Amino acid sequence: MLMGRELFTYEAEGQALVIHLPREVDHHNCITLKYETDLILEENYINRLVFDFTGTEFMDSSGIGVLLSRYKQMEGSGGTVAVYGTGPRISRILKIGGINRLVRECRTREEAVGSWAPKG
Amino acid sequence: MDRERKEMEQVKRLGSRSEQETEEKKIRKDWMRMEMESCSRNEEFARVTVAVFLSRLDPTLEEMSDVKTAVSEAVTNCVIHGYGNGEGIIYIEAMIEGQEFTVSIRDEGKGIEDVSRAMEPMFTSDTSGERSGMGFSFMEAFMDQVEVSSEPGRGTLVTMKKKIGR
Repeated sequence: MLMGRELFTYEAEGQALVIHLPREVDHHNCITLKYETDLILEENYINRLVFDFTGTEFMDSSGIGVLLSRYKQMEGSGGTVAVYGTGPRISRILKIGGINRLVRECRTREEAVGSWAPKG
Repeated sequence: MDRERKEMEQVKRLGSRSEQETEEKKIRKDWMRMEMESCSRNEEFARVTVAVFLSRLDPTLEEMSDVKTAVSEAVTNCVIHGYGNGEGIIYIEAMIEGQEFTVSIRDEGKGIEDVSRAMEPMFTSDTSGERSGMGFSFMEAFMDQVEVSSEPGRGTLVTMKKKIGR
């Protein structure tokens, strides 16, 4: 089992920002996320945040906190949040955290980045 | 004659001893204890170490992930709330009794004034907006039993149990 430093990587695609999450999404690994996304959102016009869970094997409620806080931030500016690449474990965590009602869970990156109207 | 009887008795005794041993093996007891510095880097170390100990019970991947998540929640609470991201020691004990797994996580930090309020879903004392307030809810969702005892200024003890392989 590796215990190396894990980082977020960011990728802009049009008005969407794709955030590739690390293998373990916990409090320790989430500390830098707020600062980094705030910087990117300040300098770019982003109306959709996309979280890529493809490489994520572990997540605790810290991940829910991060998604919730980004959701509120995007909602405030009329944007939306989507996720993709979730396995059964991460899906279950999102469900227990109540996030699946706020954030769209997509199967592919294209679907997550592509446009869709928020419910309601 | 006498010698023969003595030997017979010895064989009987040996026999009963090995029966006792198999009886003991049925209710297996095993434990571990560790102390570590309170810092966010140790959250992963704690859950991985407890998971390796748990693997002796031959858990499913899901049971393993459940325990890892619950341990991560409790240790994160020690780091953020117990010691307020400052210095301190986190104490972890885990025990296997038959198929029952018990893990307790303790800090000597600031403690919780109102435990039942702290355990309410979405409650958090954090002001950064990055915390979901779902730590205790996650512990309860993934373990069979969660007990919290705390006193302001005297730290917090979280004890969690889970039956493995039902």
